[in-house]
Amino acid sequence: MPKDDGIGASTKRREDLRFLTGNGKYTDDINLRGQSYVHFLRSDVAHGRINGIDTAAAAAMPGVLKIFTAADFASAGGIPCGWQVTDRFGKPMQEPKHPILADGKVRHVGDPIAAVVAETYEQARDAAEAIDLDIEELEPVIDMKAALAPDAPKVHDDLTSNLCYDWGFVEENREAVNAAFDSAAHVVSLELTNNRLVANPMEPRVAVGDYDPWGDSHTLYTTSQNPHVIRLLMGAFVLNIPEHKLRVVAPDVGGGFGSKIYHYAEEAFCTYAAKVLKRPVKWTSSRSEAFISDAHGRDHKTTIELALDADHNFLAIRTDTYANMGAYLSTFAPSIPTWLHGTLMAGNYKTPLIYVNVKAVFTNTVPVDAYRGAGRPEATFQLERLVDKAARELGVDPVELRRKNFIKPDQFPYQTPVAVVYDTGNYDATLDKMLELADYANFDARVAESKARGKLRGFGIAHYIEACGIAPSNLVGQLGARAGLYESASVRVNATGSISVYTGSHSHGQGHETTFAQVVADMIGVDASSIEIHHGDTSNTPMGMGTYGSRSLAVGGSAIVKATNKIIDKAKKIAAHLLEAAPEDIELKDGKFSVAGTDKSVDWTGVTLAAYVPHNYPLEDLEPGLEETAFYDPSNFTYPSGAYGCEIELDPETGKIDILRFIAADDFGNIVNPMIVEGQVHGGLAQGIGQALLESCVYDDQGQLLSGSFMDYAMPRADDVRGFTVDHSCITPCTHNPLGVKGCGEAGAIGSPPAVVNAAIDALHRAGHSHITHIDMPLTPSRVWAAMNR
Amino acid sequence: MHNFEFVKPSTLAEAVAALGTDEAQPLSGGQTLIPSMKARLNAPGVLVSLTGIAELKGVCREGDTLVIGAATTHATVAADAAADFPGLAALAGQIGDPAVRNRGTIGGSLANNDPSACYPSAALGTGATIVTNAREIAADDYFQGMFTTALEEGEIITSIRFPIPQRAAYAKFLQPASRFALTGVFVAQYAAGVRVAVTGASEGGVFRWAEAEAALSAQFNADAVAGLSHPADGMISDLHGTSEYRAHLVRVMTQRAVRAAQ
Repeated sequence: MPKDDGIGASTKRREDLRFLTGNGKYTDDINLRGQSYVHFLRSDVAHGRINGIDTAAAAAMPGVLKIFTAADFASAGGIPCGWQVTDRFGKPMQEPKHPILADGKVRHVGDPIAAVVAETYEQARDAAEAIDLDIEELEPVIDMKAALAPDAPKVHDDLTSNLCYDWGFVEENREAVNAAFDSAAHVVSLELTNNRLVANPMEPRVAVGDYDPWGDSHTLYTTSQNPHVIRLLMGAFVLNIPEHKLRVVAPDVGGGFGSKIYHYAEEAFCTYAAKVLKRPVKWTSSRSEAFISDAHGRDHKTTIELALDADHNFLAIRTDTYANMGAYLSTFAPSIPTWLHGTLMAGNYKTPLIYVNVKAVFTNTVPVDAYRGAGRPEATFQLERLVDKAARELGVDPVELRRKNFIKPDQFPYQTPVAVVYDTGNYDATLDKMLELADYANFDARVAESKARGKLRGFGIAHYIEACGIAPSNLVGQLGARAGLYESASVRVNATGSISVYTGSHSHGQGHETTFAQVVADMIGVDASSIEIHHGDTSNTPMGMGTYGSRSLAVGGSAIVKATNKIIDKAKKIAAHLLEAAPEDIELKDGKFSVAGTDKSVDWTGVTLAAYVPHNYPLEDLEPGLEETAFYDPSNFTYPSGAYGCEIELDPETGKIDILRFIAADDFGNIVNPMIVEGQVHGGLAQGIGQALLESCVYDDQGQLLSGSFMDYAMPRADDVRGFTVDHSCITPCTHNPLGVKGCGEAGAIGSPPAVVNAAIDALHRAGHSHITHIDMPLTPSRVWAAMNR
Repeated sequence: MHNFEFVKPSTLAEAVAALGTDEAQPLSGGQTLIPSMKARLNAPGVLVSLTGIAELKGVCREGDTLVIGAATTHATVAADAAADFPGLAALAGQIGDPAVRNRGTIGGSLANNDPSACYPSAALGTGATIVTNAREIAADDYFQGMFTTALEEGEIITSIRFPIPQRAAYAKFLQPASRFALTGVFVAQYAAGVRVAVTGASEGGVFRWAEAEAALSAQFNADAVAGLSHPADGMISDLHGTSEYRAHLVRVMTQRAVRAAQ
């Protein structure tokens, strides 16, 4: 049995008390003395040449402190990109400049042109309306394939084309894959779109810049998933501020889903302007502004093919993908369609040959970067839709076709043909569990029951694998990352035994303050209430890489384990001294140190007090104090996997799809807090179902965002996401981190879209609509009805 | 939002006087006007609140007519019209969410005449009378296209007089994002015949579907309109549905309204 608040216990989230009572402290809650406000004047055209910006009248408006344009940032660097992809010919990607304020051209609706700082937010907005802009509209490029036409207008005049890179993976396999297709007994192909999404965290982005002239030091309060990364990128590449003069604080953050990983122009602006004006400068994004300035997600167009032999063994996979980068390269954008997508194309299957081609394209749209799952949902969606289509075309059971091609439990570690090595897994086990929980055996009876009511019922299956805790640093460096991917932890044991843990991971909804405390409580055997988790402030936590890619527990948690083990080692030495025994004879259990085989013991606080009041202490051998720091750099990714089943009912009169039940059987390795894991899966499923049925970010051919508010961008609501059954009893622990954990944050968003679409296609086929092989997401009622009535 | 003057009269006469000044606009529940002001799409110099005027509020039955004050909230209509006109109460109870229903008013909705709003279909579908401070306007004359009505500048709706039908129902197919009506149909049966009014679907705003009215007047059941199809010409086509889809939904939602009214 787990301790009440140790590993394995569903401890209630301690942070919820402040969140649910409205007492969280978010960036917008921070108001500094003398604070001023900035409003960004943003482009309302997708592509244009800036011929003039007349700020004279605006500058004379009440309350205006200063109006900034690109000219004010002549000495600053541009917003940097954190990952350089090498194309299939060995050349680096094309990397455009990304100015803080538009310089010469505007390149998407929302591109900031000028920044008005005033005494109040309304005064800044009033003055922005008085700026006289002379912008010559240019023809925009919106469609990716059109953007690659030889005569297409260029988003960046100084690049040779709108192609960022043409990436092949594994390039050496290209001919062998083609040969496998030429001689295959069956080839199945599918063209699809992975729809562009807007992350829409509950809290829009906010930044407050502050400057202390007496210490020549800067503080940036910002809505970030990784404050240290922002400090590094902004300090070193944009504003030339050394780390010891720059503090970045990300306090309570209301969700990120990837969109708050990146370094944004507004953060650099507020930091810089605070020094120029010698006053704090605050920016709070409106929801409308978020739609046109937060990085978007997904947006792939793909053709995928599968070659099978006569016995339906998978022989080869070949894909051709266009990935939208938007107008500029967001921080990690180039890595998403490549290293987080191509490396996952083996899925759960032992396909021996794979070739992935990705062309990343610049368009006059908002930059696109990681969004919950980041590359892995795109890979999973293609593959699981295609396997389903293959089963239908071959006339075999989609369950059996999957099983036949699964990597089997005795084949781990498994070297895929796309570089990664899966350490562990059991895909048949999660599939069996899902089918059992779904009562799949009785599905046909439920189909008949729906049919009697005039409705079409369908069941969709999807299996997924994801790679979490991207690592190790030396490998990602070879792949083009301009950062390491370790995590840090400091464990400070206080004199009376309480423990302060400082982690480089950042919690913005994940519940770290609860789970990380559970880990330390379990290791030492003290009450979790005596442990506090600190994060989000570069001034008190060691250099960390933050939270994304389901990495916090697997990487950040491992760093905490490592630091806590150092604490335990030292505490045992102190205990050995106090108990007059050898350190190797000291055992720690339930917060008590004892000498093995004796009744001699000293409790936790006896040791911690001795560490700080070292009257009886081995000072010649051991430093006083009890505080340790550790950095953990994983030796491999972790590979969560799972089987998802979605049962839907489709109204043939309207095309509307209702999800009746959704079963997620995941293998996350070991679980620290089952309740929080279940919540993470629920959230992921809501976002995946949102993508499958509701959400779509749509531009018109002039680059105007048609879905620029919640009136047109459909977020999932509670009644859209019902009937979840979440199971994580199938466990194959990760083999290479100390907790045996794999990560659970993104799984729901990765596995659910193909399950939903497969269910819809299943329902339509059962009702005789066999001409429908695919419908692009989101499967809105209008689209489904159109497919049925084509 | 730009600065504005705010007045809150307690009588209709004061409100009419206040609206006589330049740049004055009436404010009822503010569910459209306030967001458009926050987005700086609208900047009236003076806002004249209609929510402090007692004579504009409440639901009361006068014989075969249900009279609803223009400043009555959707939530109040949902509760207070339930006994006398359940079809109308059900419509009101499905508008927006609780926050919208507790602020938004029937008069505000009808004065705005959003092409996807619910109330216009009930007013047109019942042949209601729109009563203003100056006159009475038949619903058939009142709705004049998207966001366009017969109201003159400064004219205030004071109440809406709904003839109570033998039976009636509203069937709404939700636009997935806004949850306004992608297509909504109000069907009402009277001794003199059946009226069918459609919202959300047409570029011309709310309209009556004459063929369905004729078929349902002859035989009030869902099968009576099963063979009808509304043309797609003039239907709205957007992210959420093509004109063909909306035209199809006109028939489907008409049938659902008829079934619900049985």
